[in-house]
Amino acid sequence: MTPGLWDLVLRGAWTTIQLLVLSGLLMTAVALVVGVARTSRHWSVRFLAGLYTEVFRGTSALVMIFWVFFVLPVALGWQLVPLWAGTLALGLTYGAYGAEIVRGALGAVDPAQREGGVALGFTPGQRLRLILLPQAVPEMIPSYCNLLVELLKGTALVSVTGMGDLAFSGNLVRLALQESAHIYTYLLVVYFVIAFVITRLMRGLERRLKAGLGGVA
Amino acid sequence: MTWDWSAVSAFLPHFRDGLVVTLQALALGSLISFSLGLVWTLLMRTPTRWVRWPVGVVTEFVRNTPLLVQLFFLFYVLPEWGLAFSALTTGVLAIGLHYSTYTMQVYRAGIEAVPVGQWEAATALSLPARRTWCAVILPQAVRRVVPPLGNYVISMLKDTPVLMSITVLEMLGQARLFSQQHFRFTEPVTVIGVAFIVVSYLASVLLRTLERRLVR
Repeated sequence: MTPGLWDLVLRGAWTTIQLLVLSGLLMTAVALVVGVARTSRHWSVRFLAGLYTEVFRGTSALVMIFWVFFVLPVALGWQLVPLWAGTLALGLTYGAYGAEIVRGALGAVDPAQREGGVALGFTPGQRLRLILLPQAVPEMIPSYCNLLVELLKGTALVSVTGMGDLAFSGNLVRLALQESAHIYTYLLVVYFVIAFVITRLMRGLERRLKAGLGGVA
Repeated sequence: MTWDWSAVSAFLPHFRDGLVVTLQALALGSLISFSLGLVWTLLMRTPTRWVRWPVGVVTEFVRNTPLLVQLFFLFYVLPEWGLAFSALTTGVLAIGLHYSTYTMQVYRAGIEAVPVGQWEAATALSLPARRTWCAVILPQAVRRVVPPLGNYVISMLKDTPVLMSITVLEMLGQARLFSQQHFRFTEPVTVIGVAFIVVSYLASVLLRTLERRLVR
């Protein structure tokens, strides 16, 4: 491979990582907001959050990406930069999966903990922030880690719309060199390494968070 | 934005063709992933680590890399090795292989969830290995395995649009073709978006009924 082609692949990898981080942040935010909203006291809030999860889990991520890239510009009259369009589509789709993880983990916290908060006169916001989330978050981490790996694999989908991520630059290099087996093996290995790093980081985070919990049975 | 119902009705015949291809890919992909996943699980239970270790590494690798790139790999590399399949066959193989690494975990969990006492009873009755599996373990494992497998069928459905990238004309492929020919993106992409929600919702209702039957 010539230096120019390496440069192309590196830039693709950088785009993939940027996309992963940005959509990961959006996904986390959406997951927390929607997941908490699903445990709300008001049925209308619960209903809207439920509708959101059903709709975004029901459609394919790739269809969502197509929609954001090609329908939204026509509908609104302005167009997002590809990086932000990809972030939006992936963050919203995977956020809906994340919301289910958050809801599950909040539901798994011992009810007595919530009741204890009520008895001590905590406001609902304080209960969530000081009692429920610190116990629920460590429980979420393993599924969240899986979801992040799914998100990483999802970022490859944006290449279909012509965005220059890792998979896209791999395709360009293949066209230049006509050597499919090598290129795609490299590509798969790079994705695997990123996934491996995510898994390790999350395992470390889980240990830190669990340690912070102290002697909660 | 302008919504044009005539574009929707013009798209419908293509949509039907796409739906058929999507469902074909889904059905065949599920079959491959279910059977291949079982093979992986059984290989992971062999006593020699010379089998377990390579199978573990390969499946872990396949699970943690994007389906899209695997698809490209199979589509462009297999012909170089003298194995030329049609685009749809390649796509079905890729989806089946990718999801078999997920279903193997489901089978593993299902088998491990059978109480140890059942194994011990089978040993105590000196049942041969074949009968232990077919008459004791698998019937109990199937019940625990069906709901998660159903979930994977639904995620497979949502991964079928990826086949578009290797020229398979499933729903999204048809939508893209139609929009490029008629310069209308809004209607076709929205129609198939709604179609995905409807199909996956129907599938989940069907699965819940199946689950209730099995648990009873």
